[in-house]
Amino acid sequence: MGVMLLYLCLIVLLPLSMVVFKAGGMTWERFWSVVAEPRAKASFFFSFWASLLGAGINGVFGFLVAWVLVRYPVPFKKIVDTLVDLPFALPTAVSGIALTTLFSANGWIGRYLDPLGIKVAYTQLGVVVALTFIGLPFVVRTVQPVLQEIDPEIEEAAASLGANRMQIFRKIILPVAFPAALTGFALAFARGLGEYGSVVFISGNMPMRTEIAPLLIMTKLEQFDYEGATAIAVVMLMGSFIMLFAINMLQWWSHRRSAAR
Amino acid sequence: MGDDRLSKARTRMTTEPAAVRYALVSLVVLFLGIFLVAPLVTVFASALEKGIGVYLSAIREPETLDAIRLTLFTAAIAVPASLVFGLAAAWAIAKFEFPGKYLLITLIDLPFAVSPVIAGMTLVLLFGARGALGPWFDAHGIKVIFAVPGIVLATTFVTLPFVARELIPLMQAQGTDEEEAALVLGAGGIKTFLMVTVPNIKWGLLYGVILCNARAIGEFGAVSVVSGHIRGETNTLPLHVEILYNEYNFAASFAVASLLTLIALLTLVVKGVMERGSLRRAKEGANDAPPERDGDSG
Repeated sequence: MGVMLLYLCLIVLLPLSMVVFKAGGMTWERFWSVVAEPRAKASFFFSFWASLLGAGINGVFGFLVAWVLVRYPVPFKKIVDTLVDLPFALPTAVSGIALTTLFSANGWIGRYLDPLGIKVAYTQLGVVVALTFIGLPFVVRTVQPVLQEIDPEIEEAAASLGANRMQIFRKIILPVAFPAALTGFALAFARGLGEYGSVVFISGNMPMRTEIAPLLIMTKLEQFDYEGATAIAVVMLMGSFIMLFAINMLQWWSHRRSAAR
Repeated sequence: MGDDRLSKARTRMTTEPAAVRYALVSLVVLFLGIFLVAPLVTVFASALEKGIGVYLSAIREPETLDAIRLTLFTAAIAVPASLVFGLAAAWAIAKFEFPGKYLLITLIDLPFAVSPVIAGMTLVLLFGARGALGPWFDAHGIKVIFAVPGIVLATTFVTLPFVARELIPLMQAQGTDEEEAALVLGAGGIKTFLMVTVPNIKWGLLYGVILCNARAIGEFGAVSVVSGHIRGETNTLPLHVEILYNEYNFAASFAVASLLTLIALLTLVVKGVMERGSLRRAKEGANDAPPERDGDSG
């Protein structure tokens, strides 16, 4: 027990405390001058919106995937179900180069989008695509078990009492599935904020346009600007902790919802 | 016969019209086709684009072999570290009551909440040339950053929670009854642990180790910060993929990437088989609880 705590402190807490320590040594003005710099602000906004959009797409499509996998007969269901976890298992660098090749102007998908004037690789859209890929399993895996647990007899009862499909969906399925989907959305969003490997290849990394906050940390570290990197990291960590808190609240809410039924 | 008609009527009431079903299934197939299958096929197609000869020579390249060695070495330290820590942490959390338990669980999850780049950065702040401990290590001739120890530490950091996360809910669900029975019957602490606790959690344990291993081999962000990208010395497989790709050596890059993809696919297959196996055991009423579906990794 004591050894375990010591180990946790050495491996996790000691390094993380360095961020606080380093940030504590900065004056407020210095901190603010790094964080409020236009390039940093642009990266925060972009990281935020791209993650939000990616998580949003996953919220809708992840729900659909879970729905179809639970309720409809699908060919190769077991394989599809296993494959959903691919973004978790695949190293992010591999996802990054695969998506970039796929969506570049002469890639398998990019070549059909290019004539339509849609450019994905090396644009903001590309970052959203990468974050959608990375967050894909979260919503599916939170919604799937909840949908599986809904008792068909409740739906039958509702139907026999004259409810139509839309009413059953809104009044019976959505109330339990929505908190789960929201939890998955929040997990995907939090993951997107910190994601690095899959994004750097497809983004093109243009400052002010497609530069994400983790990449800015990387750039500052390469220039040995440790204070600057720490300041950016502090803002990102605050975002992560807010998300962690929100996710815990959502899970609590979701459990209470399904337990109340 | 009547039963059959009844069940048909039931299904009609509780499912959508066929047109809606087909539309939804097609939409899902399209979405998964673009986001899962296409990238997967791209890796292998791009790897074999210039023929099997180029593919094999890219893998036999000495720098690739060095990267494979370093990656395996790193995983060989990080995975057992996560395993021992996970066992100890889950055992303490599940079998004992103590204040600050939930704080501890949150702390264990911390490496998942932190961006890998920040994880790498903290190590630079600690062990870098101008870091808090860097000068001391330097004076003793130990290089951490831009060297192998940094890579191992970064990987250990990001993979720390994997086994603990699988085991905590599993061991909490199993409670302490069996251990108490063993102790009452005269088994010692270690014997109880090896003969009662470990067999009960072996599937969750294996599951956590497999996920941990996949992440240890594939970690990119954290390792990228501390590695310095020295070829043949501090280059792991994912970093090697990046270097080759940035040199426009796409076929070689995807060849190395295909190795990592095969490991990922193997991980998924084992995971799928184990999940199905544990579901079956749960149905048969065996003791093993099904492993928790994981929240995140990769």
